[in-house]
Amino acid sequence: MNRALPWIVGAALIVLPFVYHAPYPMHLMVVVLIWSFAYTSWSVMGRFGLVSLGHGGFFGVGAYGTALLWNTFHLSPFVGIPIAMAAAVMLALVVAYPCSRFRITGHYFALVTLALSAIVQQVATAGRDVTGGSLGYTPERVLGGESILAFQFSDKLTWYFIALGVWAIGLFIRWRVDHSMIAYALEAIAEDEDAAGAAGVNVTAEKLKVTALSAAMTGFAGGLYCQYQMFISPDTVSGISVSLQMVFACVVGGIYVLPGPTVGAIITILLAEGLRIFFGTGALGWDNLVYGTLLVVFIIFLPQGLVGAAWNKLTGARQTA
Amino acid sequence: MFDIYLLEAAINGILLGGVLALLALGLNLIFGVIDVVWICYAELIMMGMYGMYYMVSVYHFPFLIAAVLAIALVAAMGVLLHLIVIAPLLNAAPINQLLATGGVLAFLQALATVMFGIDFRNLGIRLPVIEIHDMYISYARLLAFGTALAGMVAVWLFLSRTYTGTAIRAIAQDRQIMPLMGVDTRRIYIVTSAIGGGLAGLASCLLVLQYDVHPFIGLTFGPITFMICVLGGLGNMVGGFVAAFVFAEIISIAGLYMDLEWGYVFAFVFFIVMMFFRPRGLLARRS
Repeated sequence: MNRALPWIVGAALIVLPFVYHAPYPMHLMVVVLIWSFAYTSWSVMGRFGLVSLGHGGFFGVGAYGTALLWNTFHLSPFVGIPIAMAAAVMLALVVAYPCSRFRITGHYFALVTLALSAIVQQVATAGRDVTGGSLGYTPERVLGGESILAFQFSDKLTWYFIALGVWAIGLFIRWRVDHSMIAYALEAIAEDEDAAGAAGVNVTAEKLKVTALSAAMTGFAGGLYCQYQMFISPDTVSGISVSLQMVFACVVGGIYVLPGPTVGAIITILLAEGLRIFFGTGALGWDNLVYGTLLVVFIIFLPQGLVGAAWNKLTGARQTA
Repeated sequence: MFDIYLLEAAINGILLGGVLALLALGLNLIFGVIDVVWICYAELIMMGMYGMYYMVSVYHFPFLIAAVLAIALVAAMGVLLHLIVIAPLLNAAPINQLLATGGVLAFLQALATVMFGIDFRNLGIRLPVIEIHDMYISYARLLAFGTALAGMVAVWLFLSRTYTGTAIRAIAQDRQIMPLMGVDTRRIYIVTSAIGGGLAGLASCLLVLQYDVHPFIGLTFGPITFMICVLGGLGNMVGGFVAAFVFAEIISIAGLYMDLEWGYVFAFVFFIVMMFFRPRGLLARRS
């Protein structure tokens, strides 16, 4: 049963749009899938106690990099997204290397990476001649609105399958990392860095590997988001609020379980949409009010997240992987 | 060549540094004593600024009385934050405490949006600008600088001259031993939270004279305050003081030649570069 479940869910998700494809639910599905991928990317490193608040920065670099390369140099996103991903990885390594070299962990690591997302947001805002500043930025549309080379599709169905595929790959990557030698090393590091180092684990190398992977995935998510929404602004794709949003969704769903970030994305996005519809335009702020409260409540009472708690109940044991 | 604008920017930097040092002091005090980072520190200031706005502009309280009330209000919020969010998490992983206050950040921002709307508001008080040798120095900034320094001296006197202050410093040095020496840790934590909140309240009274208040104003001061604290060495109050002025000068002087946002960008980049050289803070000895 447990082995079959992922395949059943996967098949259901593939069949779903052929049965039911009203535009608005489709749009929600795509948004949920893209963010699920981004949150999963965060959890790839977050689950090893490497709590980064810099992922808003990586996401922003992915989004702005892709859009800027397309508009300025007419580079297809097929080239642009990898370049933007590389930039995100570079940024991550520039910060992660000294952090890991000088044993900046926990609080310090979170605050140093926080600086990173703040930098990306400030640069995107301050470089208004190039990036459009806080008014946002739009990748140029191709004629007819549809082109494979430009990675622009007017059809929600196409986007659904792209997002579904990306999300599945994201889960697969995280699953692979969780079941690799790196995971053992990183779990040992999370328990006790000195002991892990003494036992022959190359602490810096292992940390940098997983950080680079996580940043690359987050950068990709940013590029994908940009191509789907066709509009980005410093506040929606970078900065502290995006970083906190990632951490929050993962905490609600459960950092240590594979579907945790996805469940977190479903809950947070549906909650925001639901409140928006319920309150109309007067909803401004209400969704974050509920978010903030839930985040505090979850961390105090249910730090392993919804899926994590359910999993523990089912298996009757404390399970970490 | 002597540049009068540069001097003006440098002086304004020093004045800004005073306020930033005040912010960093509150955060450092809380970190040093309770070992928690209040990510939502700048949001407490935002609530204090709204308090000032409503008391002064809407209900027409005299400024000084409103200031005292605002300080008390934010101090009370600090205590509440400690009792509701931090106290249950005292033994949790540090990162959980950090994330919980991140939740409070989102909560307070949203609360302000819901309660006060997203309009920019100000007191409508325009303090005069002083002109010295072609340099323009705003009175509001001078006042903020002076008051911030006075506030810091007051906290220093409290920490060094009173029994409670001594107990607070002792806890910051050794969290395990002090309870055995008969110090009531819970009470000390509450007092510290109140002082930390009170400093945020004082900062809000000063900042409301210079900035419009809106629900996201905290994002203007928050990141810079954390970076100052980390640069100075978390919990190191003297380091935070020095770092505040270094940061303020970078922002102010870079802002002279480019947009203000670039000043922040330079300050943040400087921060990350410094992490290579002084990972444990500006004043830390290299181990």
